[in-house]
Amino acid sequence: MKDRTKYFAYPYVVWIFLFIALPAFLVLLYSSTTKESNGLTTIHFTLENYKKFFQPIYLNILWDSIYLAAVSTVICLILGYPAALIISNTHVSKRNTLLFLCILPMWMNMLLRTYAWMTILGNNGILNNFFAFIGLPTFNMLYTRGATVMGMVYNFIPFMILPIYTALSKMDKGLLEAADDLGADKKTVFTKVILPLSMPGVISGIIMVFMPAVSTFIIPQLLGGNKSMMIGNLVEKLFILNGDWNFGSAISMVMMIIILLSMSIMNKFDIDKEGGARLW
Amino acid sequence: MVKKYLSKIYMGIIFIFLYAPILVLAVFSFNESKSRGNWTGFSLKWYIELFHDHDIRSAFYYTITIAIITAIVSTVLGTIAAIGINAIKGRQKALILNVNYLPVVNPDIVTGISLMILYISFNMDFGFNTMLLSHIVFSTPYVILSILPKLKQLDVHMTEAAMDLGATPMYALRKVILPEIKPGIITGFLMAFTLSIDDFIISYFTKGEGVTNLSIVIYSMARRGVRPTINALSTIMLTVVLLLMILINKRTNGHEKSKKTNRSEV
Amino acid sequence: MDNVIIQLNNITKKFDGEIILDDITLSVKKNEFVTFLGPSGCGKTTTLRIIGGFERPDEGEVYFDGQLINDIPPFKRQLNTVFQKYALFPHLNVYENIAFGLRIKKMDEKNISTKVERMLELFNLKNYGKRRIDQLSGGQQQRIAIARALVNEPKVLLLDEPLGALDLKLRKEMQHELKAMQKQLGITFIYVTHDQEEALTMSDTIVVMNDGIIQQMGSPIDIYNEPENAFVADFIGESNILSGVMIDDYLVEFLGKRFECLDAGFGRGEEVDVVIRPEDLDLTPAGEGKLEGIVKSVIFKGVHYEMDIDARGFEFLVHSTDMAPVGATVGLTLTPDDIHIMEKGD
Repeated sequence: MKDRTKYFAYPYVVWIFLFIALPAFLVLLYSSTTKESNGLTTIHFTLENYKKFFQPIYLNILWDSIYLAAVSTVICLILGYPAALIISNTHVSKRNTLLFLCILPMWMNMLLRTYAWMTILGNNGILNNFFAFIGLPTFNMLYTRGATVMGMVYNFIPFMILPIYTALSKMDKGLLEAADDLGADKKTVFTKVILPLSMPGVISGIIMVFMPAVSTFIIPQLLGGNKSMMIGNLVEKLFILNGDWNFGSAISMVMMIIILLSMSIMNKFDIDKEGGARLW
Repeated sequence: MVKKYLSKIYMGIIFIFLYAPILVLAVFSFNESKSRGNWTGFSLKWYIELFHDHDIRSAFYYTITIAIITAIVSTVLGTIAAIGINAIKGRQKALILNVNYLPVVNPDIVTGISLMILYISFNMDFGFNTMLLSHIVFSTPYVILSILPKLKQLDVHMTEAAMDLGATPMYALRKVILPEIKPGIITGFLMAFTLSIDDFIISYFTKGEGVTNLSIVIYSMARRGVRPTINALSTIMLTVVLLLMILINKRTNGHEKSKKTNRSEV
Repeated sequence: MDNVIIQLNNITKKFDGEIILDDITLSVKKNEFVTFLGPSGCGKTTTLRIIGGFERPDEGEVYFDGQLINDIPPFKRQLNTVFQKYALFPHLNVYENIAFGLRIKKMDEKNISTKVERMLELFNLKNYGKRRIDQLSGGQQQRIAIARALVNEPKVLLLDEPLGALDLKLRKEMQHELKAMQKQLGITFIYVTHDQEEALTMSDTIVVMNDGIIQQMGSPIDIYNEPENAFVADFIGESNILSGVMIDDYLVEFLGKRFECLDAGFGRGEEVDVVIRPEDLDLTPAGEGKLEGIVKSVIFKGVHYEMDIDARGFEFLVHSTDMAPVGATVGLTLTPDDIHIMEKGD
């Protein structure tokens, strides 16, 4: 009987071919052709676009993006792990409220969350006004690399807390008691039991923070000013300002590959997919 | 005991970090002066200005219209697709799910430019239609992902039981399957709606002449510096999202709770 | 043959190239309680699903009341099924679950109400109509599932391990209830189970299946007392199965001794399986039995003792009200009708 129900999927199969697979293929096509390719007759395949990306100026942007995203990820981990641990140790009745409070900001427009930091970090912003009020010197915080990192941590920290929490909460509390029973002190329990068991959550947290961080262009644009051009900004610039689609497509392909690689790493460590799905 | 206090303080700091910027934004939307650091008095003038701003009003109109249509279309499309995908097995299913997953994992910027290239390749005029289509494209996978688990939970014999009692496959679908997966459908609908309202990057690449949404307006205003009207707009949007989230949460929690109490009665 | 309600002819079914049912032929009479019995994967559920219309046989014909129904979809078949995990509709209350089939028939509300109420009464669920399904115990859900099927007045009711999820006590109760109900309503029941005791208690006819083949079909007494092969003997109750050789008609040799038996018609010197039920072996003082053995273990089982007794290298399972302590040497006696001879299995 199931045989017939499966036809229900067919319109959508056509749909995803047209609007997901085909566009991805077009990006690939643009990335491997020259700008002069107009129509099928004059199409000209090349690896120039990819080669161009390996010039120092562009590679530097890539490394810089990876560096800033990595720094943000580490900060998220350092701040997020204790938070996840605390939530998982909270009584059930309060746990859901804490979780809800962690998820809520993710559902607010990312632009707004980022914009909010502009009002705080600006030269006439709240922090500087506060510093002036208590007699400290004011300084320039907005439009710096620090501001970019700050914005990324702020935007993506929930992606770190949630998977770690999920891993921790799935942990059998009996294990901790067993470790206690076997004479492990608190530090040993943490390093030998809790930390290893929460590793899948940590890894998926790292990837879930790193992925959007490395590809963002709003945050460096609004908070970093011109100080930190990230790979997302480059793509945007190439498409919107320069109209260099071929090169832009090549960079997009690189981004897509980085992301898909990260995803497949995450799938290896397969934490429960539901936790991930809820996150999004 | 000390540990408990430290935990509370730590969580307090985390939540201050998460919510203070939003709160500041909201508070200063009621500030009289244009300054973002000094409080000079309560005023609704930024809200009034907001409602008189033609660009914002039109962006608001497009945002809501697109969100509603997106939510409806992707829910219908996604529900039908999910039911079909659930019936497929093996490699075919894995392939469909992986392609379906692409917009979820891909950076929005890549999804955005790939759709932009698609529209240009087919000589489509950029505007309302391209933006709407894009929103449906990236929302539907989420709808499917929220319905599929419900279908999986469904007792495999449920449809058979209905047919055994004389129901045609279509009748079984309407009277048994759809009611059973309704929570997933509603979650999917709300998700599609929220995603559409919130989207900036994909809209940014697929917008057209005279058609923008609120996120794009905020972006272009923010690039020119901080403006209190955005504060007002942000506050309104935040409130709406907050209400929506509380609604969704109430729904899911309420569901679980009613189930729990039902069980305890037995 | 108009007494036959369901006839399966040479049914064969494969899943992914693996043969699930291999040339099944059987008939079910009206008002009969037939049980398909066998271990999991033996094909019993598949047979039931073919009768219900949820699977199509690759080969063979299915007749219902003399009519070929191979191509009739389940919703047009005049039989109803009670599913393994009940498959009750969680979004409908008890009343609506039972009324589901009647509503499809577009019966008027008054009729529906009468029929549903009657079912609720029959199943001792009178005030449960408004209850949600998840507010019911397993036993109650079980009854609803049966009521939901029976309210449609099917000619045949198919039951797929319906008692599997219930605890032992409830299961026993339901077995008697089901049997009584079947007699009272005069409906053909086709019942699938892996529990031999359940099959013996309830059935008029038992179909023992293994590896997609019918091993034996007959009344519970026949199946228990005259198993046709070692598989049936072993599956229906515990058995001691030994290799033996037919010396002559009515004479078999095993464990190096010759025993009189009631079986004839085997070839001389043919190798056979010898089946002896644990309760048929009697203990005697050492030296008095035909076989002699040492008690390896004793477990008290309430009514009887269960003992492992090693005799000439074979470990006999013995159920007896007599007991000998571990390590004791005892004799074992057998009468000719305790010995069941069957063709050697694979």
